[in-house]
Amino acid sequence: MDEIVRFENVGLRYGAGAETLADLNFTLYPGSFYFLTGASGAGKTSLLKLLYLSQRPSRGIIKLFGEDAVTMPRERLPGFRRRIGVVFQDFRLVPHLSAFDNIALPLRVAGVREKDLEVPVAEMLEWVGLGDRTSARPATLSGGEQQRVAIARAVIGRPEILVADEPTGNVDPDMAIRLLQLFEALNTLGTTIVVATHDIHLLSKIPGAQMMRLEKGMLADPTGSLRHPPLPNDQQQ
Amino acid sequence: MFKFFVIPGHDRRLIPEGRLSGPMPWVIAIMIFLTVLAAAAGLAMTRAMGDVSDELSSRATVQIVEANSEIRSDQAAAVAERLRSIPLVEEVRVLPPEEIEALIEPWLGTQDLGEDIPLPALVDVKLARAATDAEYQSLRSDLQRIAPGARIEPSSGYIAPVISLVRSFQWIAFGLVALLALATASAVIISARSALNTHGETIAVVHLLGGTDEQISRLFQRRIALDALLGGLIGLVGGGAIIWLISGQLSALGSGLVQSVGLDWWSWLIIAVIPILGMFLAMITARWTVIGALKKIV
Repeated sequence: MDEIVRFENVGLRYGAGAETLADLNFTLYPGSFYFLTGASGAGKTSLLKLLYLSQRPSRGIIKLFGEDAVTMPRERLPGFRRRIGVVFQDFRLVPHLSAFDNIALPLRVAGVREKDLEVPVAEMLEWVGLGDRTSARPATLSGGEQQRVAIARAVIGRPEILVADEPTGNVDPDMAIRLLQLFEALNTLGTTIVVATHDIHLLSKIPGAQMMRLEKGMLADPTGSLRHPPLPNDQQQ
Repeated sequence: MFKFFVIPGHDRRLIPEGRLSGPMPWVIAIMIFLTVLAAAAGLAMTRAMGDVSDELSSRATVQIVEANSEIRSDQAAAVAERLRSIPLVEEVRVLPPEEIEALIEPWLGTQDLGEDIPLPALVDVKLARAATDAEYQSLRSDLQRIAPGARIEPSSGYIAPVISLVRSFQWIAFGLVALLALATASAVIISARSALNTHGETIAVVHLLGGTDEQISRLFQRRIALDALLGGLIGLVGGGAIIWLISGQLSALGSGLVQSVGLDWWSWLIIAVIPILGMFLAMITARWTVIGALKKIV
């Protein structure tokens, strides 16, 4: 199987401090589902930033869609970013735009015509249960609703990789399950999913998902052999 | 070139635009107001200098110094006749004594000066073109054979210090225009940086969703260009009104050099274009500032 992401001896250092991430070696494959776990401060968000091209590593090689993302000219990065959907931990919705406009943003940035985006955005709003909050601004939405808008924005462009940082952190357990089902459905369609979470109960909800565990900026298994999380009791043989 | 003006409404909503809501249009209005005045002063002086130079470069005065008024008068007539025979000379006029007295009246009073002071005879000469030094030298020796006390002086010589002064004012005026352009660009840089800070989070999100530097800078370019155009038009109206009032007052003076200080149609055209130039200056500066700031992020 072709790889979609490959990290080789990747390290990340902010300023002159110690390395936040060190010696990361792993490969992600298209159509796979990955959980990224680890304690707070282990470096999950930093690793995701490298994945969604918000940061360049201090050292090492990152191959993304078969190309070197570290030495890639800056002008080419936007095209690559459009192939990656991101759910930020703090949502990062544009405060003066409606839920509709926030969700439509990636399509507009990509140059999709207005008449071609109305239906998919409306469907996405329905799908995340916000069909009646089309015009609502983020400030008038609850934390859970904002999170759903953020998720809808991340998936509306059918990204090849979806990166989600604690996507279920602000939603109730039922909504968390629904969101994971959304991710699973996208995964079935071929999107590679990377979900950072510290909620160990989620890990067993996606059969076949693989797990990366970060400890103090390093992968718990430095060989890059990703482990499968334990299956739920009713699925164990 | 004007692509940034037609960006869709939903893109414009990303960076809210409030017409006349911030200080930027008013700062630009003041800058353009001052630029219009400075440019008008520079252009008016250019025109006045051109007119006066053209007029005086082909004029000369023959002065005949002779104590005996009869001889002086005969010499003036002879000099005038000799001058009329020279092809370079277009027009010759012997100034009557009353006119000479009127010329010196502001300094020496209204008494019957001709009788008390031996005033020189003056012959006003208009040449077909500006004469060279050699031609003046030739004229000088020619005339001195007829009237030993005759001196011919190019009129440009009298006005040279005034022209030099006006030229200095002209450079000062255009220097002010350049400084005001620099100040306007600086104001735009400050405004663009402030807008970048205010909308930093939105820009970061658009950037991470795959927005290009070009897309993001266009949002700011449009906003700042419109602010500059609006402010520029306000400044132009204010500056234009002041120029119109001053022009009227200068015309009322109705005399010489001062009267020639005015604006012709192309000067007005240049002044009318100042807000547009201001808008482009603001747009280019904003683009340069925003793209420079964006390049600092990955």
